[in-house]
Amino acid sequence: MHRFANPNRFLKLANAILPWAAGLTAILLAAGLYFSLIGSPDDYQQGATVRIMYVHVPSAWMALFCYTSMAVASAVALIWKHPLADLFAKASSPVGAAFTFISLATGALWGKPMWGTWWVWDARLTSMLILFFLYLGHMALMNAFDDPQRGFKAAAVLALVGVVNVPIIKFSVDWWNTLHQPASVIRMDGPSIDGSMLLPLLLMAFAFKAYYITVVLLRMRGEIAEAKVRAISMSQVQG
Amino acid sequence: MQDFFDMGGYAGFVWPSYGVAAIVLGLVFASTWRLLKSSEQRLAQLQAARGRRPRRDRGASAGAEAPMAPAPGDISDAPAGTPAGAAGETR
Repeated sequence: MHRFANPNRFLKLANAILPWAAGLTAILLAAGLYFSLIGSPDDYQQGATVRIMYVHVPSAWMALFCYTSMAVASAVALIWKHPLADLFAKASSPVGAAFTFISLATGALWGKPMWGTWWVWDARLTSMLILFFLYLGHMALMNAFDDPQRGFKAAAVLALVGVVNVPIIKFSVDWWNTLHQPASVIRMDGPSIDGSMLLPLLLMAFAFKAYYITVVLLRMRGEIAEAKVRAISMSQVQG
Repeated sequence: MQDFFDMGGYAGFVWPSYGVAAIVLGLVFASTWRLLKSSEQRLAQLQAARGRRPRRDRGASAGAEAPMAPAPGDISDAPAGTPAGAAGETR
């Protein structure tokens, strides 16, 4: 793992991955949008609103995925002092916050026609809102210190404490009574969703994942350049 | 075609959902790109100010993507974020 603690080696790897990740994002997004909007049927109960699912569910998955990977990176950063793990966590949280916001907003837009309300304070929705605030807190804490190392450490602790929210979100639909429907793709007995709807869902999910990889690598490249700028200016100050 | 935009009467909910996603993901990408460009530019300026050419043969190969700022390959094998002077420079 420490092989990639060397930023230059990491940059080489990142630059090799980036064009693939970006190209994959474009292709998957184009295919995903086609099947979401045109190539899939309306739901027999929900009509065309089911198409909201192809944005809503993948972004909710990404919200959880980003947070989990951020928490893992934070643990790596705290335990092994891996400098790139800190940068990964820093790069991840704005993207995760964006996905969380999208899933909340599209959830409201789906809830209004189907449930008759934009928002209810039930377990799934509330725990998702908490996740959004965790992301915002993580971003704020990162930038709250003059010494970036202190920001990294504080934010890593927050990310690890907040990870308790992830299983709560996942199982909230089973543990509590809620308006939100239970899982229909990631379940013990296999997906209960029809193939014609599973395809656009998975395409969009992988498109979002490729987008996440692209953006995180670009952000980490920016952060590495930033760290080098800091190192040079400090060595100049010290003479 | 009209049916497509109508979304079975739910156009006011379906299209804003896709719109929100497109706008938010677009903004995140734009801010990421700006951050990347500004920090790479600052790094290149600092390196130029110190009178050393950024060497292209070490570190990041800038050719992987379209137009890139000079490769940030000059400094140090020190881990990113290592404070003060650890960049292996003359002190």
